[in-house]
Amino acid sequence: MTETSKSPKPHDTAVTTALDAYARRHRFRIVEVVPWIAAVAAYFVFPDYLALGGQILATIIFALSVDLLIGYAGIVTLGHAAMYGTGAYTAGLLAANGWGDPVSGLLIAACVSALVGFVSGALVLRTSGLTLLMQTLVVAALLYELANKAGHYTGGGDGLQGMNVWPVFGLFRFDLFGKTAYLYSLAVLFVCWLLLRTVVHSAFGRSLMGIRENPLRMQAIGTPVERRKLIAYTLSSALAGVSGALIAQTTGFVGLGVLSLEKSGSILIMLIIGGVGQLYGSFIGVPLYMIAQDRFAAIDPVFWYFWIGLFMVLVVLFARGGVLGVLGRMFERLGRSR
Amino acid sequence: MTATALPPAIETTKLRKSFGGFVVTNDVDFRLERGARHALIGPNGAGKTTFVNLVSGALVSTSGTVSLEGTDVTDLTQSQRVKRGLIRTFQINQLFRKLTVLENVSLAVTEREGRATNLLRPSGSNRAIIDEAYSLLERVGLADDALRPVTDLAYGRQRMTEIAVALGLEPRVLLLDEPAAGVPTGDVGIIIDLIEQLPSDIAILLIEHDMDIVFRVAKRITVLTEGHVLVEGTPAEIAANPQVREVYLGSRGAA
Repeated sequence: MTETSKSPKPHDTAVTTALDAYARRHRFRIVEVVPWIAAVAAYFVFPDYLALGGQILATIIFALSVDLLIGYAGIVTLGHAAMYGTGAYTAGLLAANGWGDPVSGLLIAACVSALVGFVSGALVLRTSGLTLLMQTLVVAALLYELANKAGHYTGGGDGLQGMNVWPVFGLFRFDLFGKTAYLYSLAVLFVCWLLLRTVVHSAFGRSLMGIRENPLRMQAIGTPVERRKLIAYTLSSALAGVSGALIAQTTGFVGLGVLSLEKSGSILIMLIIGGVGQLYGSFIGVPLYMIAQDRFAAIDPVFWYFWIGLFMVLVVLFARGGVLGVLGRMFERLGRSR
Repeated sequence: MTATALPPAIETTKLRKSFGGFVVTNDVDFRLERGARHALIGPNGAGKTTFVNLVSGALVSTSGTVSLEGTDVTDLTQSQRVKRGLIRTFQINQLFRKLTVLENVSLAVTEREGRATNLLRPSGSNRAIIDEAYSLLERVGLADDALRPVTDLAYGRQRMTEIAVALGLEPRVLLLDEPAAGVPTGDVGIIIDLIEQLPSDIAILLIEHDMDIVFRVAKRITVLTEGHVLVEGTPAEIAANPQVREVYLGSRGAA
């Protein structure tokens, strides 16, 4: 069987073309440049909103980390703020205690969050579905209380004070207008996106999709499913940690909110609005949510959460697959009518 | 007769599984010879699927041993047994539903080749895997459906995909759990043809309800009732056995 299968007989050209296209799915497409053009353009068009812009870029990394879990590996979580918050506090504590170098701070935060993800993942990933949802929630709640009780180090409910973040590479100071913060966040997002894009197109990434579709069958084709989910969980935790650290460094503050259930929940909402499991949902959902939040809060400071909620209900009811899902179906219809 | 000199493809000794006080598999001694075409039959609840789960490693046995080509694999996990060529299919389709047929098989080939742990190299860049998966689909007659999502296929063709995924793992031993379950009667023939075309060096254990399939494919038959082996023999012996007629075929004859 091996001999014949390793040297397949020549196919006709239509088959070869189809298989070639299949083999090239990972190649960059032109549309993938759009988010980066938009991000650079926003820097020049909205100079007064760079602080918000920088936070949006950093939060996209958090959404990407959740997308790897939910969208690709099929691991549900309601506690990913645990890793985000761990990253934020790690970077914050470093900067408040004499080590303000941002880039090494990010890397250390990534490692600490990865460690928390690895240890908690080894415990909670034995379960799935609702049980897993509860377990991840509990991990985040535990860390929240830990940060609250360790007020001597973390500032507890008052938040962590006195961060001193040094210039990036010793050259670029964090300025009042948020220019450095924006560009720094953009650069880190680019690196994280490139890494994640590589992973989801790799054989490992495909095997995660297999686990999402049918863990039972993956087991039956010889995949060590638990181990592979743990690798994905650890990687995702590192990315979430980078996101939290980036927010801490660029805002110069860490509050208990970074570990809250609201943080874990809102990132899910952003991802669902944008579209889950398509890599670019985060790039749409996060800006939509955060800009809407900013605008609604300015117009209607009391009831802005109601409008977000209403928006969410509409997406779930009418926009299956989020904004990306709607766009995809629109283009499909355009292509067919031509 | 060199085959008799080799240890059997699968051998179980006193294989037992109990859930609490309820014994589902009761000290089963069973041999599957190399390259065998062997059927395991028995009434509903006889413990056929549990037996498959124990042999494949999806369930851990309470006691007893399983050996694969002479090696004791009782303590190995399912994925370790798969690496040694012990492969199963499922009674109810267990496919990667949103993925294409080609991708379903590619996942299996990738896993067999040990390439699935690579996080950096694009999956599509390994052209040998795609070509191998495609030629496998050509062999089983699914080439035209290669790039369609598996859920778009008729149920019979999904059952063929189920077998194609298993073949992508280069099985030495293939446990086929009711391969024609749920297939419309008119399409059962293509499943039988597919099983008959499988390479003769693969040992096949066929778990089946449908006696037409059993008598067409199997050279040996084992009858399981209430967790233990009632009788084993050639199809002719089984068909003539009064005990078997009573517990199993009898109900069919009466119907």
